[in-house]
Amino acid sequence: MAKVIVVTSGKGGVGKTTTTAALGAALARTGQKVCVVDFDVGLRNLDLIMGAERRVVYDLINVVQGDAKLPQALIRDKRLDTLSLLPASQTRDKDALTDEGVARVIGELREKFDWVICDSPAGIERGATLAMRHADIAVVVTNPEVSSVRDSDRIIGLLDSKTERAEKGERLEKHLILTRYDPNRAERGEMLKIDDVLEILSIPLLAVIPESEEVLKASNLGSPVTLNAPQSAPARAYADAVRRLKGETVAMTVPSEKRSLLGKLFTRRAA
Amino acid sequence: MNLLSFLSRRGTAPVARERLQILLAHERTAFGRSDLVAVLREEILAVIAKHVAIDKEKVKVTMERGDAVSTLGVDIELPDNKVARLASA
Repeated sequence: MAKVIVVTSGKGGVGKTTTTAALGAALARTGQKVCVVDFDVGLRNLDLIMGAERRVVYDLINVVQGDAKLPQALIRDKRLDTLSLLPASQTRDKDALTDEGVARVIGELREKFDWVICDSPAGIERGATLAMRHADIAVVVTNPEVSSVRDSDRIIGLLDSKTERAEKGERLEKHLILTRYDPNRAERGEMLKIDDVLEILSIPLLAVIPESEEVLKASNLGSPVTLNAPQSAPARAYADAVRRLKGETVAMTVPSEKRSLLGKLFTRRAA
Repeated sequence: MNLLSFLSRRGTAPVARERLQILLAHERTAFGRSDLVAVLREEILAVIAKHVAIDKEKVKVTMERGDAVSTLGVDIELPDNKVARLASA
């Protein structure tokens, strides 16, 4: 039986899709069978970040509505045979996702995989609550920025009331991933520190992903950053996150990018 | 100008932190961490609506949280004739 993870945030543009792809690929690299599921109907992007946009034939809605069988819609990753993608539909009506249909598809996925990672749409509307509904673990993605932290607080409230586990009085694991973090700016008092965000949101920290040019490079190429540049700072942070999800104890470090002396001088000058 | 540069040197992060703490403290009490207020409102209204025709627009539900006690206020405006009919029945 798979563990179901929802990657959620409230605010858009904080790195949910990047995080879903990076965690999925990092888990699959350890030999676990992983399926990443795009719940962002209407604005699908996970297929693009995974580099599978031209291989989409059937999608989540086709499976939910019974027009296609799950195996027909799953796209096997070309780099890792333990990684699959269930894409979202771009064209169809958002309301095509039904509670029962989603429950059935998640149930089928649970039997086939070790991990099911659901990329939630932004916001607090129906799409987001459907994506989190069946989760065992929630990964809340936040930037060190006021609107993102506030929206994450709302999402944590929803996780505590609108999920199946919460309704049954069971424990839903909640974790925080802080993305686009710049330790130098935090040190200078220009950016919220990790402890500030943790104190405000009070859920345990899973990883801190440093601001890095590798993230954009990877999405340009349609390859999760954990595959495209496994030694880069963000990839190492995601890989540590995966080890923590699997139950290992890994010391929390904020990896920084190695910069040449010249590079350092230039960033100082620009700042 | 001197003052501005002094302020900016202090950094904006502490301001962000303080604003968030105040805002979220307020929002958490307003929305609550569950839909308790909304659920209570619906159930109380359903019970009263069994006996009296009420205008859902003329209902106010408030929740005030104090240190020791919290109060739930439900303010329902009853139309005169309906109350009279109920009393005579």
